[in-house]
Amino acid sequence: MSVRHALLALLSSGPRYGLQLRNEFDARTGDVWPLNVGQVYTTLQRLERDGFVASDGVDEGAQKGYEITADGRDELLRWLGTPDVVGQPPRDELLIKVLVAAEVPGVDVREVIQVHRRQLMETMQRYTSVKAQAGDGEVALALVVDAELFRMEAAVRWLDSADARLRLHPDALRGPTPAPGRPSRLAAPASRGAR
Amino acid sequence: MAILELLGVSKTYGAGEQSVLALREVSLSVAAGELVAVMGPSGSGKSSLLTIAGTLEDATAGEVRIDGAVIGALRAGERAALRRRTIGFVFQDFNLLAGLTAVENVSMPMELDGRPAKAARVDALAALGELGLADRADRYPDDLSGGERQRVAIARAVAGERRLVLADEPTGALDSVNGESVMRILRNVCHRGAAGVVVTHDAQLAAWADRVVFIRDGRIVDQTAAPADPESLLAPLP
Repeated sequence: MSVRHALLALLSSGPRYGLQLRNEFDARTGDVWPLNVGQVYTTLQRLERDGFVASDGVDEGAQKGYEITADGRDELLRWLGTPDVVGQPPRDELLIKVLVAAEVPGVDVREVIQVHRRQLMETMQRYTSVKAQAGDGEVALALVVDAELFRMEAAVRWLDSADARLRLHPDALRGPTPAPGRPSRLAAPASRGAR
Repeated sequence: MAILELLGVSKTYGAGEQSVLALREVSLSVAAGELVAVMGPSGSGKSSLLTIAGTLEDATAGEVRIDGAVIGALRAGERAALRRRTIGFVFQDFNLLAGLTAVENVSMPMELDGRPAKAARVDALAALGELGLADRADRYPDDLSGGERQRVAIARAVAGERRLVLADEPTGALDSVNGESVMRILRNVCHRGAAGVVVTHDAQLAAWADRVVFIRDGRIVDQTAAPADPESLLAPLP
């Protein structure tokens, strides 16, 4: 998530103090992604350095005011209108764990899948509790929580699919068994003791 | 207090080489005030678990207790009475009778159980009112939206003195917003004192439960721990 652009968006409707920006950011994201004040000021300093915001220079700290510049407004519009890059898929740690688990002796890849499925479900239960306790009017909170829930649901569905595929093809991810005695260069140091 | 207890329950369909072992020594306890979701792939035994918990089928082995009663020890008539009085069912396709109004659909099971029509109607109206359907009580199912029909079905499942609500993919025919609404209602109904079991393959809907049980090849293989305080989600961004 771009904190930088979120701050520009808040400043687009008028000047604000740093602390004010932090509080408004938290309110608009339903307090699910709270920022610390230091993060806000570091980001504002970088935005000022890049010419996207201007400060009133009156004070340092909480009472220092900021406003968006024309370049900042252009940058905000450019960001809003630019789709996320779709191309090379990201390296997903969960995917890699499942792919390599089948190669590790003594590890049941379907148990690895279940551990992650349970952890995801427990996190989804916590997010759902946040939604259950929220009022009808807390739309920003519902949007943020839903976004996380849909992301985790996709991971659970992928795990279900991986589980079903591996049930049908239990040995599909196992590589060829190395010939006995190889590779000798790796076997030799072990006999001299671990470093 | 446990309302539903399955103790070492197994279920086999057919005999000999054609037999299928649907449940293998399943033990599950659901307390009053608790909603449990059962998740698992097709053919894992989810539906068998629900039908046995609902006394619609007998276990091949093991014991089922509902509200303290050992189901295997009951005569057919006693079992049917317990089912009508204590257990409410919610199905994916609502199973409402088209020729009856919403309030008649809700009150009919209570009348069949011997409750006077007037008292059954009062209970039915109360259940509909709690689910926000007071102004729909005299509508027929065809005049209700999908979400409203499922709420009527839930009202029917919880009206009267029902202690156990069993739901089989209760949101399957609904969009995500109405599905969420149904799960929110089931959660609230259980938190007011009923025990609930919902079978679903939908992770977002299962997340409304207090506990998620995972079933695979007829066995319960895992379950979630009690949800942590939601405040623990509010960690600062890295």
